[in-house]
Amino acid sequence: MGDKHISTQFDVELNAISTRLMEMGGMVEAQFRHSIESFVTLDTTIADTVLSDEKRVNQLELEIDHDISSVIGRRQPTAIDLRLLIAMSRMTSNLERAGDEVARICRMVKLLADRPELNRVPRVELRTAAELASTLLHKSLDAFARLDEHMALSILKEDDLIDREYEGFVRKLLTYVLEDTRAITGVIDMLFVAKAVERVGDHAKNLAESTIYVVKGQDVRHASLARVESLVKP
Amino acid sequence: MMNDGFTMTETSNSTMSLKPATAMEVKGLNFFYGSFQGLKDINLEIAERRVTAFIGPSGCGKSTLLRTFNRMYSLYPGQEAQGEILLHGENILDPKQDLNLLRARVGMVFQKPTPFPMSIYDNIAFGVRLYERLSTSAMDDRVEWSLRKAALWDEVKDKLSQSGLSLSGGQQQRLCIARSVAVKPDVLLLDEPTSALDPISTAKVEELINELKKDYTIAIVTHNMQQAARVSDFTAYMYLGELMEFGETEQIFFKPQRKETEDYITGRFG
Repeated sequence: MGDKHISTQFDVELNAISTRLMEMGGMVEAQFRHSIESFVTLDTTIADTVLSDEKRVNQLELEIDHDISSVIGRRQPTAIDLRLLIAMSRMTSNLERAGDEVARICRMVKLLADRPELNRVPRVELRTAAELASTLLHKSLDAFARLDEHMALSILKEDDLIDREYEGFVRKLLTYVLEDTRAITGVIDMLFVAKAVERVGDHAKNLAESTIYVVKGQDVRHASLARVESLVKP
Repeated sequence: MMNDGFTMTETSNSTMSLKPATAMEVKGLNFFYGSFQGLKDINLEIAERRVTAFIGPSGCGKSTLLRTFNRMYSLYPGQEAQGEILLHGENILDPKQDLNLLRARVGMVFQKPTPFPMSIYDNIAFGVRLYERLSTSAMDDRVEWSLRKAALWDEVKDKLSQSGLSLSGGQQQRLCIARSVAVKPDVLLLDEPTSALDPISTAKVEELINELKKDYTIAIVTHNMQQAARVSDFTAYMYLGELMEFGETEQIFFKPQRKETEDYITGRFG
């Protein structure tokens, strides 16, 4: 994370926090991939494993937040250090919420597995959106690790693709309901899964916004894409 | 958004100017200690009734700059300032400038409290007598007013005849601030005013700075960056005799424009 401080202990503390944040990010990323796998295959063993791992993500959120508060209290960070710590605090919260979405998917998988009548609904069609979200999540963590605002900007642009895939999947689900109204309960459950995938994409976007905040010093949440673009590409 | 509602303009000759009314304007200032150049082409404006902090590593020229603002350097042979420092439009570097009058208009408080070896009352009255003839009751009022301004009145009102040296370090420093305020200056220069004080006294002086800026323009040199962040409206970062960056304190401490500034304030300077 940039040049070294005169206080090497400060560097050690900052690096420890960002390493744990990346660890948390890696866990959420893997859990998300597994949750999609379990959705497509309706394999509840995978879903159970992911659900039990979610506790570790929650625990990491608490630990990282504690370490961030401790550094702020003891070191009174300024400028890039302050922006970095604020961003990391936001990011733990985003990752934890992405983890909640993953857990939601897994809980839905366990419900759907008991409904063989839904087998006709091609769950695999959500895979494109899920892969996009998974890639964005990975890229957003990568962009943060490199403090690369250009990569972060590209994530903001790509998030639209997930939204379009999500809408496409929802339309397909609706056609199934029109053909067979008995499928409505299962379709609603699937809608929750699709929404969770879309939300994971949103969290990836939030993570990317945090990277831009660290590098450019401007809070771009709620800013238009055009404004962010002009900020990143002066 | 950090930068909204605030503009920093950079004109030719690298004058950096900020919006509020200007009390002091430094133009093309160079300063020499004999053959050594301590300040290099400094251009900046000190805003009226605001606190401007000067930060930077030892030897960067921040105290030298502060000492040009009331021509304190004139006391020492071989020191010379070139350029202009306009105090409400009047160039104080002009050789015809009355230095006694200037130092009444631009007061200074030093790192170590420097009370005179006389009573608390006389510490205040001494300076006032140099510039004004006041009746006894008017002088009493002025002493009380100054001590109240310096948030010291309640602590010393019952012992005004005691020596100023009998006070604690923090009280002595506030006495020195009261002494500067007593002659009703335009500008107050504070050269590391709290570096010899404990945290409680420091907090009291910082609180005082916040009060005083309602009436005075304040320039403060401090090694304590958190202090600059807490008390100032504008911050100037200096390095090797040059003004590296000047801007709103919030901006300097959150997202400085220059990497050199960021390295210094985040402790990466080495």
